Amino acid sequence: MLDIQKIRADFPILSEKVNGKPLIYFDNGATSQKPQVVIDAEAKYYQEINANIHRGVHTLSQLATDAYEISRVKLQHHINAKFSHEVLFTSGTTHGINLVANGFASILKPGDEILVSSLEHHSNIVPWQMLCEKTRAVLKVIPINEEGELIISEYESLLSEKTKIVTVNHISNALGVINPVKEMIAKAHAVGAAVLIDGAQAVPHLKPDVQDLDCDFYAFSGHKMCGPTGTGILYGKEDWLNKLPPYQGGGEMIKEVTFEKTTYADLPHKFEAGTPNIAGGIVLGTAVDYLNEVGFGNIQLQEKKLLEHATKRLLEIEGLRIYGNGKNKASVVSFNIDGIHPYDIGSIIDKLGIAVRTGHHCAQPIMNFFCIPGTIRASFSFYNTKEEIDAMVEAVKKAKTMLS
Amino acid sequence: MTIKEIQDEIIDEFSMFDDWMQRYEYIIELGKSLPLIEEEYKTDENLIKGCQSKVWLQGEQKDDKIVFTADSDAILTKGIIAILIRAFSNQKASDIINADTEFIDEIGLKEHLSATRANGLVSMIKNIKMYALAFDSKNKN
Repeated sequence: MLDIQKIRADFPILSEKVNGKPLIYFDNGATSQKPQVVIDAEAKYYQEINANIHRGVHTLSQLATDAYEISRVKLQHHINAKFSHEVLFTSGTTHGINLVANGFASILKPGDEILVSSLEHHSNIVPWQMLCEKTRAVLKVIPINEEGELIISEYESLLSEKTKIVTVNHISNALGVINPVKEMIAKAHAVGAAVLIDGAQAVPHLKPDVQDLDCDFYAFSGHKMCGPTGTGILYGKEDWLNKLPPYQGGGEMIKEVTFEKTTYADLPHKFEAGTPNIAGGIVLGTAVDYLNEVGFGNIQLQEKKLLEHATKRLLEIEGLRIYGNGKNKASVVSFNIDGIHPYDIGSIIDKLGIAVRTGHHCAQPIMNFFCIPGTIRASFSFYNTKEEIDAMVEAVKKAKTMLS
Repeated sequence: MTIKEIQDEIIDEFSMFDDWMQRYEYIIELGKSLPLIEEEYKTDENLIKGCQSKVWLQGEQKDDKIVFTADSDAILTKGIIAILIRAFSNQKASDIINADTEFIDEIGLKEHLSATRANGLVSMIKNIKMYALAFDSKNKN
C-alpha cells in the first residue's frame, strides 16, 4: 500500500495554490507533475557534468556521454527491449511517430494500406495522412463501438496482404480505453504488416514489455511519466530500424562524410542527428527509476481505486454521461452533462482550483463519433486522492447549478 | 452612447461584484438574454472556429451603423459575446475600427482572451473589426 501523503510530498507543485485554492491536478493525461528527484537531477546535470556527448575526449564529455548511455540502458530494461540500440531518444511521441511514418515513404507503394484506429490522437493520424499523400497509399480506419472499444472483428476484416502498417494507441488519450494491442499485433503480423504502438498514455500507468507484445515500434513521451518535457523514446526492432532510412541528417548520425557520398552511423545514432536533449535524456532515466521505486503494482492499485471512486461519485450527478465504459480502462474519466458545454464546466471548476482538460483532446474523430463538441476529461495519477475527487464532484455540481 | 461610454458603463456594473462567482453568474445571465442570431445566418461562413466552443457572428449595415448578432454553443462564451455586442453593435464603422478592448481586462475576463482558451473570442473581436473595415471601405468607394 502506498503512503499517499508521503508520495505527495515528493511533488512540490502539489502544495501550490491556484486561484487561491489548493491545486487539484487532474490533467495528468496532458502532462504529469514532476517529483523533486527529477527536478534536482536536471539542475545537477548542468551544475556538474554539462558537456556535449559522443564527441570530446575530455572528462566532462565522457561523464555526460556515460550518463546519457546509462539512461538509454535503463529505458531498454524498463520496456524489456532486446538491445539498447533499439531504444532511440526522441523529443516525444510525435517525433517518434513522424520518424517511422517518414521512413515508410521509401517502403510503401501506391495502393498499399495503412490501418489507424478511430481512437487515435491527431499525432497518430496526421503523419500517416501525410505519408498517404506522398506515396498514394490508402488510410483505413478501425471503427469503435458505443463503449469506445475497437471492434476487433472489423479490424480483422480490414487486414489484408495490402496492409503494410497498423498504428494504434495502447491506451486512448480521450477515453482511457486500454486496447488489446497484443492480440492486434499478432493478427497484423499474420498478414505481414508492421505495427506501431503509440504508448504515450500507457507509460504513466504500466510497464510495456515490447518483446512480449512483439510490436515493431513503440513510441512514448517522457513528460507524461514524471520526466522532463521534450523527451521521449522510440523503440524499434533492430531489423526495422536498419531497414528505415535516416529521418534527419546532421552531426552524430554519420560514419563518414565526403561531398560524393555519406555513410550513416550504426544504430541508434543513425536516427539521432544533432545535439540531443542531453539533460532531458539523462533525467528521463531518473524519472523511470522513481516510478519503479514507487512500483507499477502500487500505481495500478491506487489508480484503480481512484477510477472506481470517481466513476461512482460522478454518476451520482443527474444527466452526467461517461464516454468510454469498456472493462479495460486506465484512470481517465471523460464526461459531459446533458445540455451543458464542456467549456463552461471546465471554466468554472478551474476557478475552484481544479485542473481538468476540456475540449476534443486532439481526437476530433472520437468527438464526431459521439456527436459532441468535446468532453471534460479528468485523468488521475497515483499521487491523487479520493478527497480530491470528492472536491471535483462538488465543483462539478456547483457548476451545474450555476449553468442550468 | 459612444463605445467608450458603454464600456465604462459595463466596467461600472462589474465593479459591483465581489468575486468571480458573481461575475460568472452575471455573464451566464447575459448569455441567456442574448438575442439569438437568425438560424439562416448560422452558416459555416459566419462561424468563427475556436478550439473549444463555436461562435457565429453576423454583421449588417443599417444606415450609417453596423448591427451585430451572434451566438455560441457555450453559455460563458455567449455571455462575453453579449458584452461585446453591447459595446460594438449599432456603432459607426470608423468608431468600431478605432475602439480598444481593454475593458475586457478591467472586468476581470482577461483569461478568456488568452491563447490557451482558444475560444474564438480574440477572433471574434478581430472579425467585428473586419466587418467595420469592410463596410468603411465600401462606403468610401
